[in-house]
Amino acid sequence: MATASDKPAPGDGLRVERQRPDRRAGPRRKPSDTPGAVVITGICGRLGRRLARRLHRERLVIGLDRREFRDRPSDVEHHAVDIRRSKAREIFRRSAIDAVVHLGVMHDPRGGSEVHHAWNVVAFQKLLDWVRSYRIPKLVLLSSANVYGPRPDNPQFLSEDAPLLGADRFSDIRDLVELDMLAQSFFWKHPDTETVILRPTNIVGTVQNAASNYLRLKVVPTLMGFDPMVQVVHQDDVVRAIELALAPGVRGIFNVAGPAPIALSKAIKRLGRATLPLPHTVARAGLERLWKFRMTSFPAPELDFIRYVCMVDDRRAREVLGYSPRFDLGATLASIDEERWV
Amino acid sequence: MDRARTALVRLTDAAVTDVLPWVGKLSWLTRRSLDELGRHTLGEDFEERSRELVARYAAAGGDPFGLDPEVAKYAVMVCAFFHRVYFRTQISGLSNVPDGRVLLIANHSGQVPIDGAIIGSAMFLDARPPRMIRAMVEKWSQTLPFVSTFFQRVGQVVGVQENARRLLEMDEALLVFPEGTRGISKPFQHRYQLQEFGHGFMRLAMETRTPIVPVAVIGAEEQYVNVGNVRWLAKALGMPVFPVIPQMFIPGGQLPLPTKYHLYFGEPMSFEGDADEDDGLTEERVWLVRQTIQSMINRGLRERRGLFR
Repeated sequence: MATASDKPAPGDGLRVERQRPDRRAGPRRKPSDTPGAVVITGICGRLGRRLARRLHRERLVIGLDRREFRDRPSDVEHHAVDIRRSKAREIFRRSAIDAVVHLGVMHDPRGGSEVHHAWNVVAFQKLLDWVRSYRIPKLVLLSSANVYGPRPDNPQFLSEDAPLLGADRFSDIRDLVELDMLAQSFFWKHPDTETVILRPTNIVGTVQNAASNYLRLKVVPTLMGFDPMVQVVHQDDVVRAIELALAPGVRGIFNVAGPAPIALSKAIKRLGRATLPLPHTVARAGLERLWKFRMTSFPAPELDFIRYVCMVDDRRAREVLGYSPRFDLGATLASIDEERWV
Repeated sequence: MDRARTALVRLTDAAVTDVLPWVGKLSWLTRRSLDELGRHTLGEDFEERSRELVARYAAAGGDPFGLDPEVAKYAVMVCAFFHRVYFRTQISGLSNVPDGRVLLIANHSGQVPIDGAIIGSAMFLDARPPRMIRAMVEKWSQTLPFVSTFFQRVGQVVGVQENARRLLEMDEALLVFPEGTRGISKPFQHRYQLQEFGHGFMRLAMETRTPIVPVAVIGAEEQYVNVGNVRWLAKALGMPVFPVIPQMFIPGGQLPLPTKYHLYFGEPMSFEGDADEDDGLTEERVWLVRQTIQSMINRGLRERRGLFR
């Protein structure tokens, strides 16, 4: 979509402001040399805590999460509230906030699509409302490369303007695609706010996501006859990318990738794990059964991720953000077995 | 449930501790004997070439498309039999292929794409330094188990423009048959008459400033004699053509006829300019490449002494 220098048409923003005047809106705060507060939603996740620890020495960090923040650094302000409640709005009203980082996206497909939609889409819409009415100059959404979806006709590396077809074959993630789209339309409608969408590839580390959980299995099932190239990115490289996205002047969509890609079988071999190749039909039927009885955390459509390629081209992030992964392939893969504390 | 789970754990445990090492040993043994065979039939030179390629791709941090020269060399060993023994390929002008990025544009013929494999073998076994030929395959091949993995390991990529551009930017050698199916499945009476060329390769060459090496393949047309096309059957099966090949009904006729292959590599052609600027210009240049290949074919046919010599 947009490059960093892309400016939306000036009329766009004006029209929207006329439509929805907001008396409470103060003068627009410009990002200055001493950065103001940053709100992190979903701060209690493993990635959120890591980001908080990186940022809290430089600027005020305000956490927003329904969960409690265990062993929170004392200078991090935390509010255990639901983003959808008006109590959360209070936080935006009273503090001088310079940036919002939205990590509070529910990825766990076991929650059921109703819960997902209510949480992910409604909460994000609320958040966008407040970013607009309090004229917060920076919004960072951590989306995911999964929105492109693994497909047999994918180019080996997807660029940011590739269509978001991830929900085509895996309908449970349509809310994640919707979030990405909402942020995109916000980008165009509100040029006052620098909107950044990060689409990292498979994040690995102590995080609890499908990719890390899959690689952590003692015997890793694979699909017989399929061995796609895969990308992984270390969780701290993603934290670093978020930090870079917070810099003033940065806007747009960025794919985030880690070290050079590797064939799935080789990645598993490097981890010293055994593979169990299964025919696709058997794996799919088995996984559907197991999923029905809630005996697995992997829904059957996720098999496409170990069948087809879904890799991203991170050239833009390297050129515009100045991002480059600091962890090599060995360190990135090894991070899944690290102790699970922050 | 618990008992089932314990049984499953035991089973996987047994599989991992007892069966896997044996499988590993067996595959190691086959691999070693294959290596031995390769050295025996293709000489020390073959080992050296594959080592050089392995080192080259390892130095680049691995191929992002999944090409594995360690595996590809076994595929080349099979092709080498056809290249050296079966079709007795005669090559001329191989030194015309420049180092670095290059587009090989060839005529497509013979019902089965053996011509691609032979050009690939020539670049691996005879070019100096050895090159891995990259080519593009149909998208649906990715949905087939084993086939998709095989294609990936030997360096074939999914046929989308982004992939072709990236390969050339990586300074690889890309083989393109601009005739596509029109060329490979044409009936016998149209042999050695170039069909219509697609324009994609020329845009690609201009955008990435890649030299084009025209390649003429002689001998492939006669390997399978196609006497006609059953249109309604092709339509019913969803295939582009359904060729009628009488030799298929003779025992042993499923193998191609052992004609003699001749490969001619022409002088590299460079094209500058903006591909989007002028469609007429692109068309003219495609025509130029097509004419060059046709005249190379005509000369090759004149010089050839017989089908099998």
